[in-house]
Formats: sequence, structure tokens, C-alpha cells
Amino acid sequence: MNTALSWIKAYVPDLDVTAQEYTDAMTLSGSKVEGFVCLDKNLEKIVVGQIEKIERHPDADKLIICQVNVGSETIQIVTGAPNVKEGDKVPVVLDGGKVAGGHDGGPLPEDGIRIKNGKLRGVESFGMMCSIEELGSSRDMYPLAPESGIYILPEDTEVGADAIEVLGLHDVVFEYEITSNRVDCYSVVGLAREAAATFRKDFFPPVVTETGNGEDIHDYLQVEVENTELCPRYCARMVKNIKLAPSPEWMQRRLAASGIRPINNIVDITNYVMEEYGQPMHAYDYDLIAGHKIVVKCAKDGDEFQTLDEQIRKLDSTVLMINDGEKEVGIAGIMGGENSKITDDVKTMVFEAACFDGTNIRLSAKKVGLRTDASGKFEKGLDPNNAEAAINRACQLIEELGAGEVVGGIIDVYPVKRQEVRVKFDADKINDLLGTQISAEDMKAYFKKIDLGFDEETQEVIAPTFRQDLHRLADLAEEVARFFGYDNIPTTLPSGEATTGKLSEKLRIEELAREVAEFSGFSQSMTYSFESPKVFDKLLLPADCRLRQTVTILNPLGEDFSVMRTSPLNGLLTSLSTNYNRRNKDVKLYELANIYLPKALPLTELPDERMQFALGMYGEGDFFTMKGVVEEFFDKLGMTKKVHYNPECNRPYLHPGRKADIVYEGVVLGYVGEIHPDVADNYKLGERTYVAVLDMPNVTPFADFGRKYTGIAKYPATTRDISMVVPKEILVGQIEDVIAQRGGKILESYSLFDIYEGSQIKAGFKSVAYSIAFRAKDHTLTDDEVGAAMKKILNGLQGLGIELRA
Amino acid sequence: MREQLERIKAEALAKIEASEALEVLNDIRVAYLGKKGELTSVLKSMKDVAPEDRPKVGQMVNEARELIEAKLEETKTALARKAREEQMKREVIDVTLPAKKANIGHSHPNTIALEEVERIFVGMGYEVVEGPEVEYDEYNFEKLNIPANHPAKDEQDTFYINKEIVLRTQTSPVQARVMEQGKLPIRMIAPGRVFRSDEVDATHSPSFHQIEGLVIDKHITFADLKGTLAEFAKELFGEETKVKFRPHHFPFTEPSAEVDVSCFKCGGKGCRFCKGSGWIEILGCGMVHPHVLEMCGIDPEEYTGFAFGVGLERIALLKYEIDDMRLLYENDIRFLKQF
Repeated sequence: MNTALSWIKAYVPDLDVTAQEYTDAMTLSGSKVEGFVCLDKNLEKIVVGQIEKIERHPDADKLIICQVNVGSETIQIVTGAPNVKEGDKVPVVLDGGKVAGGHDGGPLPEDGIRIKNGKLRGVESFGMMCSIEELGSSRDMYPLAPESGIYILPEDTEVGADAIEVLGLHDVVFEYEITSNRVDCYSVVGLAREAAATFRKDFFPPVVTETGNGEDIHDYLQVEVENTELCPRYCARMVKNIKLAPSPEWMQRRLAASGIRPINNIVDITNYVMEEYGQPMHAYDYDLIAGHKIVVKCAKDGDEFQTLDEQIRKLDSTVLMINDGEKEVGIAGIMGGENSKITDDVKTMVFEAACFDGTNIRLSAKKVGLRTDASGKFEKGLDPNNAEAAINRACQLIEELGAGEVVGGIIDVYPVKRQEVRVKFDADKINDLLGTQISAEDMKAYFKKIDLGFDEETQEVIAPTFRQDLHRLADLAEEVARFFGYDNIPTTLPSGEATTGKLSEKLRIEELAREVAEFSGFSQSMTYSFESPKVFDKLLLPADCRLRQTVTILNPLGEDFSVMRTSPLNGLLTSLSTNYNRRNKDVKLYELANIYLPKALPLTELPDERMQFALGMYGEGDFFTMKGVVEEFFDKLGMTKKVHYNPECNRPYLHPGRKADIVYEGVVLGYVGEIHPDVADNYKLGERTYVAVLDMPNVTPFADFGRKYTGIAKYPATTRDISMVVPKEILVGQIEDVIAQRGGKILESYSLFDIYEGSQIKAGFKSVAYSIAFRAKDHTLTDDEVGAAMKKILNGLQGLGIELRA
Repeated sequence: MREQLERIKAEALAKIEASEALEVLNDIRVAYLGKKGELTSVLKSMKDVAPEDRPKVGQMVNEARELIEAKLEETKTALARKAREEQMKREVIDVTLPAKKANIGHSHPNTIALEEVERIFVGMGYEVVEGPEVEYDEYNFEKLNIPANHPAKDEQDTFYINKEIVLRTQTSPVQARVMEQGKLPIRMIAPGRVFRSDEVDATHSPSFHQIEGLVIDKHITFADLKGTLAEFAKELFGEETKVKFRPHHFPFTEPSAEVDVSCFKCGGKGCRFCKGSGWIEILGCGMVHPHVLEMCGIDPEEYTGFAFGVGLERIALLKYEIDDMRLLYENDIRFLKQF
């Protein structure tokens, strides 16, 4: 909401503050000022001048030489403006003064334009006569300004006076950000009330006087409200013998400053009252109202209606309409109809000031696809008690401006009067909540400043209906805090029972995951939780794949963001692809984020959110680098048992020969592998790309942080190396299983130290060599003991078709 | 005999003096002091000396031996030092050659900012908790005093899964979930992903992170809220940071406030960073609305509390002077490596 300071001052005449002071203080009392524009910025030394004589320029057809009386003297000014004549009064910027902009009305330069004496085609010129654009404004705001040329001031303007003053430009326009609970502050009167309370000045709201001729509106018009829930109040008044004319300067200025273009007296009064009281109004041409009857009721499904912007709107039975005796004439609270709009020929009109249900207006505005200034106000939920004041104020302005003859009386359909809210006052409790020691008297004084009543007998604060946000003591506490000053409330720390700060085990494990990933060279990425359903094709998921069962967003930002991800792969591969295509080398990324698996579709309960620890890389490193990170992580989690890798897994996005499920104690915790070349192609990844994904909810139950020291061995270990010829299809993991199972208690460790396939080895076989260490805690092992263990191992290996090499 | 000894002594000392290697010294030791060495052979010929002269000769031999040994030892030490010095000279490296790094990865700036926030609040006794990202409308809105058809629902541009389930638009539903468990007092922060249907641009993202804070106890005041957040701002942005509380409106707190911190770039004088105001808005907060307490089964007559919500990206962007939010979700390694 934008409002000129001068309009606020009209109701708070003692207000005397700089724009910055006003901004700061209003913001701290709760009416946030987003910014302000000083209308006289860069306007210096500009006075009213009168053109006494005009001569032609001797050397230029398009220039004239004017002698201009600026009060203190008469100066010569050369101009190219076509519209001036002798006797005109015009704004003149004197030598050394400044104007805000150029005559073309383009963007205003930050520091304005300095005007100096000079020569135009050899003729001296002392200063410049100004167009409205040069004064930083526009024809929208000053409709009397010529399309191109000097702004002509009224004839009665005093020569030599401050032209900026005359034009009403010594003013500041403030832009407010009003919070949705303060509907009353979407009005000049509401803001002025806040300003008066903030600066502790007196507040003089407009005084609405009685209006109307001796006639009775009931003899002209009938109003029926069928749906009083959606229309709690409907006020109508009438004006006849309308004389359309421009509204007065002061009204135009105030509207212009609020960003509303002045049109004519009737339209301007409607807009003026909407700004002043926050109550939207509508005017119908009485002669176009069939049956001279207004009926407020909902549309019928499938109705179509042409609004006054000439658009056809589709309606349904939830949209509240204003009808005349025969037809729909307006969408309630949103926009009137083409069929009843005021034209220049209007003679008699009906003013409407109603109160509509905010939610209904908001939903209707959405449905018909039309959000107007009026609907924007109605949807916040207006005070029905404001409607009558506003319509009477409008009629008062009609009379004051001589815009027509107001018909006596008012039609007011208001079956259930909105009542004031009473809240029990308790100063101690307010102080307890705020941590302050403010006296009850001070609190009551704050309330009084903002027009809250107080019932001494019952000790109740009475909130007028325009304050729909006040319901209970906490609301009053905020009023006290606002005017006591949030700044002045002390700063303390909570006392009371001590609590222990901590992270959950889940979060601690995630922290470890990050540590391990980063120490292994992986950087953390973050990607969106939603993606396109097309990614399932990119990842080669078969049509019946469970991962295609998604939590789907009803109103996504396009298909690309329409389903909640069921795999972290797309995010990871997309990020790797971004890097690859920007020619970044050796990129290692990881992400810790949720996937969302529906428990049943359609969704009836929240999906299973599963934290995924996903790592991906290209460049330096390979499959076994990924395995290394996984196992380092398990080590950190105290998962000391053997990790199994099962290549017989269904992972269509992985290279069929380079993939494995990660299995721990029989549970699949995730997978590791090289991305299938087709998938790599889909993501435009030109290098071998490896991923590892761990499903954290499955991993965490195995975490064990209960470390226990076992004594460092006192007796020496015995090591045996074995070299084997192994059928190619036998996995090293199978050999290790045999060693682990058959090595017995004395088996300490084993490690692969050579693997070879090639010319010295017969076809279909590979050479594998292991070093196996044995140790006993309590004695030095004998050859016999070690020999027995080795024999068992070798027997087992033979069962796999493995031969010992000589 | 004496002459012979003097000659041996002089000869040995001269040889030692002249030697340049440790092996040579050893040869000298064997040649003179060894079992078959010259000095030893003098001792062996003692039997030819008159018995009364033997002690004197013996003493002379011993003196010569000690002298030679001392000289050997001294020279050995000197040679060893010299050899070490030469080794040091040989082994000079160019210390400006490139380092061999483990190439440790980098945390995402959001995470770094989050960990800082967590550290501050965990230090103040807050527990870090989580809640679901796909959430019931009831928790995201109704239990936070935002009933059906409340305009705030529109303001927050909610992604809907169906009528009852939404992508949470704020971390505030975690408040309701924790309060409902009924374990008091509460001091918690709840970081996490939230979603709003904002188109992607330099300052908007449909998915971002918030950190919710909640304290519920007896006698919690607005002054406590001010003190807590002032402390937080100082820890996060520096000891000199000033904090300004402005009245605001949130449906689930009353009174409510927005909090500005003095611009940490210019110290509050006004600069391009803070758009000349000297202040930067960082969070929203307030006293938990009594109706919210009631809905979660807490008696507002007995307990009060405060809540706050911080945008994590906002803090990361401010602290690290990142000028485009899209960078946070692109994961270009050249960006990530800067943190």
C-alpha cells in the first residue's frame, strides 16, 4: 500500500517528522515501511513564472524567446515548447537549480539534472520552463498536463511562489508492507491512527456529515440478499443528476500518490474512499438496473458473464453475484459487469458498499481468474461496520464536490450485526509474557491511543470491529509491546530446568557419513527432492519397477518437478553431468537426502522417507574406490563383520558386469557399481562413472559405538602364503568365505596380494595369491596347529575347483 | 724403547690427523692398538725390559694408547659430523614444489551454515530433532493456527499431494509434533527441507531449508526470546552484531517479530549489501500462540514459550556472499571447493 504523507497529516495535523524518522518509527510499531519516495527529490529553485512576452528566435524556426516574470525579476528564457502563450503561468527552474528528469519522461537520473544559464542558437537563456516529466511526474498523475510541452499552472497562481508547493510535490510517498492480520491498516485512516499512536499525537479522522435530499432511496430501489452468509452486509445509496467533471487537484494528487490514476469525480470519489476507509465500492448505472432491484445470490453452474473489462468469465454456483431484476450485473466484490457500467452519459447511479465473505471472494477470484484491487481487499475479510461509514463518506464527497444530488436515506441489509470483542485485561500476565514491568496505566494509555475501549467495571478491553485480530490476552500483549517498544523490552536468557543439547543418533551417523565421504575426497551436493517421471526411463527402470510408484505432486512447477524422487541417482548423475559438461576433471560428489516411497497408492498416509547416502564419481578412481568408501564408513560405525558383495542383483542402471548389492549380515544395505553405459549416455557422461548408494535406515541398526579394547597380541603371528589356480568364474569373495569359515579361532587375517590372468595360466583360470596370518592369544603357535588350519582351508578351496600352484 | 714409543705415537697421530674416512680410522686403530698392532707389540716385548723399568714403560705405553684413542675418538666424531653435513647438503629439496594433498572433499555451504547454527543451539541446551518433509496438512497448517481457507495457505504457495498431504512449507510442523509428545520442558531446533512453489531464479528456489527453534517451559518471556536470538546473532555474525526486533504477524505466534541484524559487511553504516539500510532481515519469531499450545495439549496458563524460524540458504548466501541461489543446487565442483 502506498500513501502520501500529506494524506496521513490530514488526520494527524501535528505530525512533524522527516521521512526517515517516520519510516523507522512506524516500522518499529508494526506498520512496516518498505521504502519512500520524496516527490521533490532533485527539484531545486523552481518558481512560478508568468510569460509576459513571446518573440520568435531570429535563427531557429522551432525556438521562441520568452520574457518571464519570476517575481523578483523578469528573465529571458528560450524554449522549443509549442504550447505556451503570453500570460501563461508556468514552473520555471532558475539558474543553478535542478529538475528531476528529461522532457521525454524516461527513467529519472539519480542526481537529477542541473540547469545553468546558456545560449540557444546564439540567444541567451536564463533558466528553463518545465514540463511535468521534467518535474519527475507524468501525465497519468497530472491529467491536465499537455501531451508535450510546458505544464501550465492555474491562472490564480501567485507569481514567484514555490512551484513545487503549488504542484503539491513537497510530499513523501511511503510504501507499506501491511501484515495480513491488520486489515484496518489497508486504509489511510487506519495508518493515520497508527501514526498518531506511534508519535503520540492527536488523531482526527474524517467527520462524516449527513447527506441526501428529501427523497427516500426506498422509493427508487429494492435490495434483496439471498445469501447473507456470503454477504453479511449490503449498503446502497443513490446519486442523481450526476455532473461528471475532473475531481479537484487535492484529490487527484492523493490518488496519484497512491498509484491510482485520476479519471473523473465519480470514479475518483469511489477510489478515494476505498483508499481512505479501505472499503471497496462499486457504482451501477441506475437506468441499466432492470426492475430497479438488486439481488445478491450465487451464480448457476455454467453461467457466463462479461465483466467491464470486456472479458467473458465462467462462473459456478459458488460465485456470489450481484443481479438486477433480470440478470447478473456484477461479480460480487471482484468486478462489475459490462452491462451496467457507468458511462459518460450516466444520470443516476447506485453506490454499493458491501461486506463479502473473504474466503469466498478469494476462491471466486481464483476461479474466474481475476484478482482486482477490490477483491484483494475483500479477501482479507473486511469489517461490516465500516461499509456504512464509507458509503456515507462517499456521498459527502459527492455533495462537497458538486458531483450530483444525493438521494436521501440508505438501504442497509445487515441482519446480524458484528459485535465488538471483549478481552479480560490482566497487566501482570502481560508483563509475565513479555518479561517487562509496565504499569497497568501505561498499558491502558496505549490501548486508548489506538481506539480500543476499556470497561473499568469488568476490567475488559473492548476491541472495535475494525480490529479483527484481537481475541485474547496474547493479542493485547502485542499491542502493549508495540507501543512500549520492542527495543525497550529487556534481553534475558531462559531460566528454568537445564536441558542437554544433542543430536539424535541418526544425525550423528549422518555426520560420520559426511566425514568419511569428505575424507575420501567426495564433496557434498544438494539436489531437489522432486524430479520428472521421465528420469525412470533414463535410468532404464522396467515398466513394472517399484521405483516408478511415486508420491506425485498435484500442482507441480511443471513436469520436471512433478514426482518425489524414489532414487537418489538422477540428482547425483545430473550433478556429475553438469560438471562433466563444464569440463571439470575428477569429480567426486555425495549427497545425503531422502527418497520418498509410498506405502500404498493412492497415498493415504505419509510416505516412507528414507535417507540415502549416495556417492558418485568419474575420473580418478574405480569400482574399488567406491567399495573403499563404503567399508571405511562401516568401520567408523563399528560394523566390523565381513561385508559381502552380491553381483547377482537387479540394478538395471548399473553395468551388468560391474555391480553388486552391499550385504551385511544378510541384509542388503545398498549397492555399488559402474553406471550402465546406456545410462551414462542418457546423462551425457563421457567417462566411466561409479556410484554407491546406502539406504541409511537399514545401515543404522548395525552401528555400534560401544568400542572395547582387546589386548595387543604378545605372541608372534605365523603367516602362510598360498598361490592358487582358480576357475575364472570363482569370485575372490568365495575364496575369502572359505578362508574365514575354515581358518578356525587362530585365523587372524588374510589379504589378497596377487591376482593374474594371462599367458602362464591355462585358459579359463586365473592365478590368485593370499597371505594368511594365524595367531593365538596365549601361546606361540606350533607348525602343527597352523598346518591343521591350512589343511582345512585348502580342502575347502579344492571343493571350489581350485588348485594350489607349486 | 722410549724413542720407539714416541715414534709410534707421532706416526699414529699423524695418520689419524690425515685420515678422511671412518674406515681409515678403523684401520689405524687395528694397526696400532689391535691385537697385532704396533703398540700392543711393544707391550708384548715388555718381557725384555728390566723388571724395575717395567712400571715406567707400562705407564708410557698406556699414555700413548690413551692419547691415540682420544685422538681417534675425536677425529671419528668430527668425520661423522662432516659426513652428516655432506648428507644434508645432498638432500636439499625444493620446498616450493607442489604439496601432495589427500584431496579431501568439501561440505556444502548449507551444511556448514547449519552446523554453525546447530553448534550454537546445542551449546545452549537445545536438542536437534527432525520431522517428515511430506507432511499432513493438519500439522503444516491447522495445528499452527492456519485453518482451512486461511489466506496464509495461499501466501505460502503450497505443493499438494492430495487434500490431506502436502510438501511441508515450513519446518514449523515439527513444533506441533514435538509439543504433542508432551515431554516438557522443550528446547529444540528442527532443521530441514521445505518446499514452496516459487519458480527458480537468483533469489528463489522451490526447495530450500529452514531451521525451526522452539522453547517451552514455565515463565518463558519475550525478553528471553530477545536474549536468545541476540546471543545467536552474535555467535553467528560476530560479537559486534546488533539485533533489531520489529513487530510482525505469524498465525502461530503472538506477539510476533521479525529480526534484523546490523549489516556485518558495513557494521550498520549502510552499504550495497544491506541496500543502504544498515540492517539485514534474518528471521521471524514470536511467543507461541496460546491456541497452538492448547491444540497440542499444553496448558497456556502454566507454560509459555517462543519459536523462531531461520532460512538456512539466506544465512549461507549472506555469510558467504553468494549472489545466486541456483549455485547451491547445481553442485559445480568449482563452487563447492570454495567452502
